[in-house]
Amino acid sequence: MRKLLRFLRPYWKLLIIGPFFKLLEAILELMLPFLMSKVMDMGVARGDLNYVYRTGGFMILIAVVGVCCALICQYSASFVAQGVGTDIRNELFSHILTLSNQEADRFGTSSLVNRITNDVNQVQWAVAMLIRLVIRAPFLCIGGLVMAFLIDFKMSLILVIVLPVFILILFLTMKKTVPLYKAVQRKLDKIALVLRENLNGIRVIRAFSKIDYENRRFMKQNDEYKENAIRVGKLSALLNPLTALVMNFSIGAILWYGGIRVNTGTTTTGEIMAFIGYVTQILAALIVVSNLVVVFTKAFASAARISDVLEAEGEAEKKNDTQEQGKKVDEFHIEFQHVSMNYEGAGENAIQDISFRVKKGDTIGIIGGTGSGKSTLVNLIPGFYPVSGGHIFIDGVDIKNYALEELRSKIAIVLQKSVLFSGSIAENLRWGKKDASMEEIKRAAEIAQATEFIEKMPNGFESIIQRGGVNVSGGQRQRLSIARAIIRQPEILILDDSFNALDFVTDAKLRKALKDNTEDMTIFVVSQRVSTIKNADQIFVMHDGKMEGMGTHEELLRNCSVYREICESQMQSSEVMADEA
Amino acid sequence: MKHSNRREKGTWKRIWGYVGKYKTYLIGVFICGLVGNMLLILGPLLTGQAIDQMIGTGAVKFPQLLKIILILLLLYLLSSIFQWLMSIVSNVAANKTIHDLRQESFQKINRLPLKYFDNTPHGDTINRITNDLDAISDGLFQGITQIMSAVISITGCFLFMLLISPLITIVVLVVTPLCFFIAAFIAKHSANSFSLQSKTTGELNGYVEEMVTNMQVLKAYGHENEAVQNFKEINQRLYQCGQKAQWYASMTNPTTRLVNNIAYVGVTVLGGVMAIQGNLTIGKIASFLTYSSQFAKPINEITSISTQIQSALASAERVFKFLDEPEEEQENETVDVLRNCRGEVEFRDVKFSYRPDVPFIRRLNLKVQSGQMVAIVGPTGSGKTTLVNLLMRFYDVDSGHIMIDGNNITKMTRESLRSSIGMVLQDSWLFAGTIAENIGYGKEDASKEEIIQAAKEAKADSFIRKMPKGYDTILDEEGSNLSQGQRQLLTIARVMLMDPPVLILDEATSSIDTRTEITIQRAFTKMMRGRTSFVIAHRLSTIREADIILVLKDGDIIEQGSHNALLDQGGFYYQLYNSQFNVPGE
Repeated sequence: MRKLLRFLRPYWKLLIIGPFFKLLEAILELMLPFLMSKVMDMGVARGDLNYVYRTGGFMILIAVVGVCCALICQYSASFVAQGVGTDIRNELFSHILTLSNQEADRFGTSSLVNRITNDVNQVQWAVAMLIRLVIRAPFLCIGGLVMAFLIDFKMSLILVIVLPVFILILFLTMKKTVPLYKAVQRKLDKIALVLRENLNGIRVIRAFSKIDYENRRFMKQNDEYKENAIRVGKLSALLNPLTALVMNFSIGAILWYGGIRVNTGTTTTGEIMAFIGYVTQILAALIVVSNLVVVFTKAFASAARISDVLEAEGEAEKKNDTQEQGKKVDEFHIEFQHVSMNYEGAGENAIQDISFRVKKGDTIGIIGGTGSGKSTLVNLIPGFYPVSGGHIFIDGVDIKNYALEELRSKIAIVLQKSVLFSGSIAENLRWGKKDASMEEIKRAAEIAQATEFIEKMPNGFESIIQRGGVNVSGGQRQRLSIARAIIRQPEILILDDSFNALDFVTDAKLRKALKDNTEDMTIFVVSQRVSTIKNADQIFVMHDGKMEGMGTHEELLRNCSVYREICESQMQSSEVMADEA
Repeated sequence: MKHSNRREKGTWKRIWGYVGKYKTYLIGVFICGLVGNMLLILGPLLTGQAIDQMIGTGAVKFPQLLKIILILLLLYLLSSIFQWLMSIVSNVAANKTIHDLRQESFQKINRLPLKYFDNTPHGDTINRITNDLDAISDGLFQGITQIMSAVISITGCFLFMLLISPLITIVVLVVTPLCFFIAAFIAKHSANSFSLQSKTTGELNGYVEEMVTNMQVLKAYGHENEAVQNFKEINQRLYQCGQKAQWYASMTNPTTRLVNNIAYVGVTVLGGVMAIQGNLTIGKIASFLTYSSQFAKPINEITSISTQIQSALASAERVFKFLDEPEEEQENETVDVLRNCRGEVEFRDVKFSYRPDVPFIRRLNLKVQSGQMVAIVGPTGSGKTTLVNLLMRFYDVDSGHIMIDGNNITKMTRESLRSSIGMVLQDSWLFAGTIAENIGYGKEDASKEEIIQAAKEAKADSFIRKMPKGYDTILDEEGSNLSQGQRQLLTIARVMLMDPPVLILDEATSSIDTRTEITIQRAFTKMMRGRTSFVIAHRLSTIREADIILVLKDGDIIEQGSHNALLDQGGFYYQLYNSQFNVPGE
């Protein structure tokens, strides 16, 4: 929490000016009922027209000065609130991008997005309220009280009874309704869940003709939501009439007691009018205060969520004093020494005691079942996750001692899920190399077997990819992300199961083109297809996070049972079918 | 401007179509609002009369004072009750209306063609059915009840002011238009900034979403600095319009307060003068002061309510736009029900395109006998899944016919067609519920025994039994507590239980490792026996035994025949096959 206060610091001048002028306005406003009562008692009662005009003029002046003060405050509030919000958003976004995958996973993408948008908005709103109302509302309350006591001390005792009742009503309705509102919110989340399931499974639902069933399922959630909303509505609808009732009853009491006081000559009618004015003001201010409490509770929760992210350690913050161990000239490009890795919260190590050495320019195939640790292994190389044990060396230097930027500039990785960004195809490919020429782009596309379909598109390389790449097919997306990696001309190219949406012809062509064009590149190919990796210089066989075998295709066929099983399974399935069909 | 007004009118009319069902509630809201507010407006008048009973020291008329105070209290009590009733009734009406609209929107999902969802992000649809509908409920109902109260109290205050003193009323009336001018000025300026602000917010959210979701790629390519630069640029624009919007919006309160205060002073001075001349009592001035402030306050409120109603209307438009999306063609009464399907499938001169300007399938003919296995192969984007989509009537053909058992599929109910075809897709779809519920999805009255039997046939029984609660284990959203392979086995069990005459396997094993695949493949083989089946796979080994292999390219069947016949042809299939099976040992 304290961490967020520093965002207010650059605005300290406005932070003082704003509330100060608001206070001034409140003081001026408090004077109006008082002056009015003077008009009644001094002017009207004595028939002094001159006094009436003079005081009237003075009141107008006060009103005008008051509005100027208020506007100054509102203007500073808009600057501070939007400024603070903008600053927090900037810092939050930059910080999120430095988070390690592990930290980012812990928060979850949608939660991170939510924090940077909704939570910052809450805080922004609270800052605006802070400047605009935090001084004003309590001041009007207290000021009104003081004025009321000044006018008639004894009559003010009515307020001593009314105020606690009023506060109690506010407190109780809030206490009852806040949990109910949360329940309603949860019901809405349920509705969203059923919706999302229906959208994701729309083909299955139609295939099974389960539309009626889904309608009933949705109806149930929808009904529950409605009932909850109505229930909470009934309760919160009490607040306004009840507070109004208390206020109006106290006016009744003031009238009666005022009558007695006027009769004994201790109070004037003008004073009673002013008194009623102050009471109305106090109670209205109290309602504002109760709303403020809600705004600030929400904002505090949001601020905590923002601080959580800001306090999460970014990966780059770790020490990166480069080359503290002198660079050994090493024939091995990449070396793993007893590397283990454990995802946060997972019991077992995702990979366990992996050691190997890779020569520059070699192609490494990695094969194994789902969950065997293939992806984890290659994700360690660009430092997406820190190792939990052991060391990884690139060019003889532990990757912990590289600046992340330097490390990653050597590497291009194509992920399992191919991702494109909104923008033209050329722009997407330039992610790989910011200043890539059109020639380079075309060559990379050629290698990635993407030229054909790109040229078929209406604007060729300038065709626009929509957000998430929805306007190209899975296979096309995959080829574009491979082209993006190739254009980088990295020392190390990692292809993490990046061919699975390609048919075999394209797959084979792509592998051949890669081989012809990447002599010095060390390439890691993760795949489930034997055919994709069988020509690699070395094949790693992963099983349950451990290295089951290492060698060429022929060697492994001879001496690695897991590898043999995988190979057989990919040819055998047809034979199995032949047996039974 | 005129155009948007007409559109607004249309939206109002449609909303009324939904609200109209709850007319009785609305009448209730109106009556409660009318009574509640009228009673409230009498208050200041009585307060003034009470003050007038206090003529001076020793001259207070207590019996009259007491009577007035008692009436006043009764009045306020009744008014509070009516106001409470009003908000309850309007809340109920709002929730019922939104409930109806929400249910209708949901049903709409299942009447829309799949094409719609291919082109619309899911988040957008979810947003319309959740947040937009809530905005309508908040904006319209609260807004309308508030406006109603406002109108009643404005007219009421105006009448009572006239009653007390027409002259001072004129002063107030001169000042009030100022309120309107200010409100209009602010509304005009803030509307622009507000719409710019919400547009920029949307842009910013979209950018954050895209970048944060794909953070790993961002980092892999060292794109952090550019991303931060872009973000800052959008954020800066948001700051500028946000600051303006907030500033304009926050001007409303102080300026209307100024107008109110001027009216207050005007009433005080003029009232004072008239009282001195003996034309007005102090009590009446007191009443007038309250009325004049109550008169202007709702006008102030209307400004802020109107922005709320505007945004509710915008939400309503979005919901209605969704409801107006062209639906799948509805079935008329002449359609038949497909019964005891034998599984003869025929495509006759089928033509189809996803986009009108790009023809996709030009002329496709295919005849499949009952019980045959058809394998469909071809490069990505060659139209394999499209064939399935057409057969299931997820999409309708542009011309030509698809026949099952000699009957055109457009002449039978979609439901009976689809329940005759079992389908396993690449992405296994499970919903939040127990494992048994997920398996029993295709057969509503399935017994526990049948479910277990199906699971056994799908080779899923053993891992299900190992789960903490067996068949009653609850899967979380999207079934993420299972592995890919396990999820796929569950969807296979689901189809097994349904026991359909026609089977479609669309890349059903492509996301599963090959060793698990063997298990699944066995399950498939068993399932396909005696059924017409369509198998799409990119592993050719799985489909060599098919009766017919279709080789698709760019939406056309370029080769067709048995495995051996196609190999002999030495064409595209031959190439495909060899590119895949140059593994030694084959």
